[in-house]
Amino acid sequence: MSYNIIVLAKQVPDTKNITGDAMKPDGTVNRIALPTIFNPEDLNALEEALKIKDEYGAKITVLTMGPPSAAEVLRQSLFRGADDVILLSDRKFAAADTLATSYVLSLAIKKIGKFDLIIGGRQAIDGDTAQVGPQTAEKLKVNQATCVNDIVELTNDSITVNRNTDHGSETIKTKLPILLTITAEANTPRPPSVKKTLTYKNALSLIEKNDYDEEYLKSNKKPFVIKNWDHKDINAKTERCGLTGSPTQVKKIENIVLETGNFKNIENSASGIKNLISELMSEHIIG
Amino acid sequence: MNEVLVYIELQNEKIADVSLELLGKAQDLAKKTSAKCGAILIGNNIKNHHEILFQYGADTIYSTEDLSLKNYAPLPYTKTVCEIVEKSKPQIVLYGATVNGRDLAPRIASKLKVGLTADCTELQIGDYQKKKKGEIKNYKNILYQIRPAFGGNIIATIVSPDHRPQMATVRPGVMKVKKNDKTNSGKVVNIKTDIPQELLITEIIKTIKIEKNVDLNASSIIVAGGMGVGSKENFKLIHKLAKTLGGIVGASRAAVDANFINADHQIGQTGTTVQPKLYIAVGISGQIQHIAGMSNSNRIIAINTDKDAPIFQIANYGIVGDFNDVIPKLIKTFKTLKK
Ligand SMILES: Cc1cc2nc3c(=O)[nH]c(=O)nc-3n(C[C@H](O)[C@H](O)[C@H](O)COP(=O)(O)OP(=O)(O)OC[C@H]3O[C@@H](n4cnc5c(N)ncnc54)[C@H](O)[C@@H]3O)c2cc1C
Repeated sequence: MSYNIIVLAKQVPDTKNITGDAMKPDGTVNRIALPTIFNPEDLNALEEALKIKDEYGAKITVLTMGPPSAAEVLRQSLFRGADDVILLSDRKFAAADTLATSYVLSLAIKKIGKFDLIIGGRQAIDGDTAQVGPQTAEKLKVNQATCVNDIVELTNDSITVNRNTDHGSETIKTKLPILLTITAEANTPRPPSVKKTLTYKNALSLIEKNDYDEEYLKSNKKPFVIKNWDHKDINAKTERCGLTGSPTQVKKIENIVLETGNFKNIENSASGIKNLISELMSEHIIG
Repeated sequence: MNEVLVYIELQNEKIADVSLELLGKAQDLAKKTSAKCGAILIGNNIKNHHEILFQYGADTIYSTEDLSLKNYAPLPYTKTVCEIVEKSKPQIVLYGATVNGRDLAPRIASKLKVGLTADCTELQIGDYQKKKKGEIKNYKNILYQIRPAFGGNIIATIVSPDHRPQMATVRPGVMKVKKNDKTNSGKVVNIKTDIPQELLITEIIKTIKIEKNVDLNASSIIVAGGMGVGSKENFKLIHKLAKTLGGIVGASRAAVDANFINADHQIGQTGTTVQPKLYIAVGISGQIQHIAGMSNSNRIIAINTDKDAPIFQIANYGIVGDFNDVIPKLIKTFKTLKK
């Protein structure tokens, strides 16, 4: 059979090169100041979906919520083999915490309608919360398996997966539909296909069209238009979206200040080391 | 004030260490808000855990026993814990940031439509002022949920002032347990549940337990080696110092990535969090992600050739020098003084 798969993807700042200036005074992220990437484990999620498509056939829809520029992860998904992509972008969605995000994602998924699997990355590297997947599953009233490192078996109505636990791993079998979150160990994401990249390189969402070459839009080739849904399209209540719909608030953000406690410089000499060891022994820290 | 509750996670029919650590913290939070501290215990055949929970600080245990709760599964556990929370109306609920804690807590938050902060490393009680459209609202005694964010580059304090309960998952190993041997009993509130068959769809086919070959929290002394140690061969010196002092060997991620030692020894944000009496950092530069896992150690000795290495900023004792030279001196001096 062929499966309907929804992949949840997020565009994230590359947290490897970040300073405290990357935050705005209100405590939210100053995304414009940061280089962005496809959240690494979301690429593993997409790869898992593509593997299913290769083996059994599937329609893969990739969903992302973010600013207009997040359309880039959708293009990246098309380059790798996604069939359809949807951008959830609306000022009303901005500065959402995980609860408000899962509200918007779950309404978008309801609008898409039929699905057998929803697959996301285990967590996003900007927040490391791992919460959006389970929160979305709860809103859709579907089961979940998190931290999945392998899909062992897939049938018409059941799935067997191996997931990491704190002390090893477990293999569980359950019914479809289900939401999975995938770890980096699960696979090595494929690179974009050259052919698909040529086909979709000009795919764009109309809300980012200002960044686009007007000439291209006027040319007779029709660009692939990435769907953009706002809160009206998914029937979202604005009070449950974005900052307003987020119960958690950032009280403060601090750069990490390393504490200079009572620092003692120990001379690298026989007497320096002898004094150190004696001190630690007399305090019963060693000995 | 309403209670501070801890969700008790059972792993292989034993209480997870982090649950007891959280009871320690919950007692503090309860005291600061003039409230009591309680435990949420669900599963099958779980009465044998009551005494331990009272000893570690629970005033009340909210318990649901049911055969269908024998093993963790997200659907029946979400339903049961939500029922307990709705009945007991706590101000705060804490969960261990374990794999299953982070599987369960977000579902509960989603169902109850409350806030949840992931993977906290510190919790405090304090006041909060919210300014919105020129209006000022003051909140007293709310939960500060403190966590590293952005790959560990910053520390964020999160609050959920308008929603109850306030909920957080907390990283294992960062809170201190508080045991009181005199208290062996307390109040048990049994809550019945009725789990429909359609929620019982997750079947565990196989579990594989991988014994970690090291328990970094088992010793009060850790000798940790980093990239500066240079090779697996050189790491023998780290092992030797640890053995001499009766400690355990830890490592930075760079040392693990370079295959000097296996990943079970990694300390830091993506490894284990430790707080030994003595931490000796050898050839470790002291990047934020490493410090996140060891800065609560009682005493820190840093051995590094670079006098400007950031590790010296959090160390209590710094030795600028080559470990090849310093470690043998430490071993020799210790052995002499011990006699
Ligand atoms: C998301 C994320 C998570 C991370 N999680 C972790 C984590 O959990 N744990 C962790 O440790 N890291 C983690 N890191 C990596 C971290 O940023 C650093 O790269 C790592 O801690 C560096 O390890 P190091 O100090 O051993 O190596 P280096 O930074 O290379 O430092 C080596 C040090 O050895 C000193 N040295 C060299 N030769 C000698 C000698 N002969 N004698 C004495 N000193 C010598 C050098 O002066 C230098 O200070 C993470 C990074 C990211 C982005």
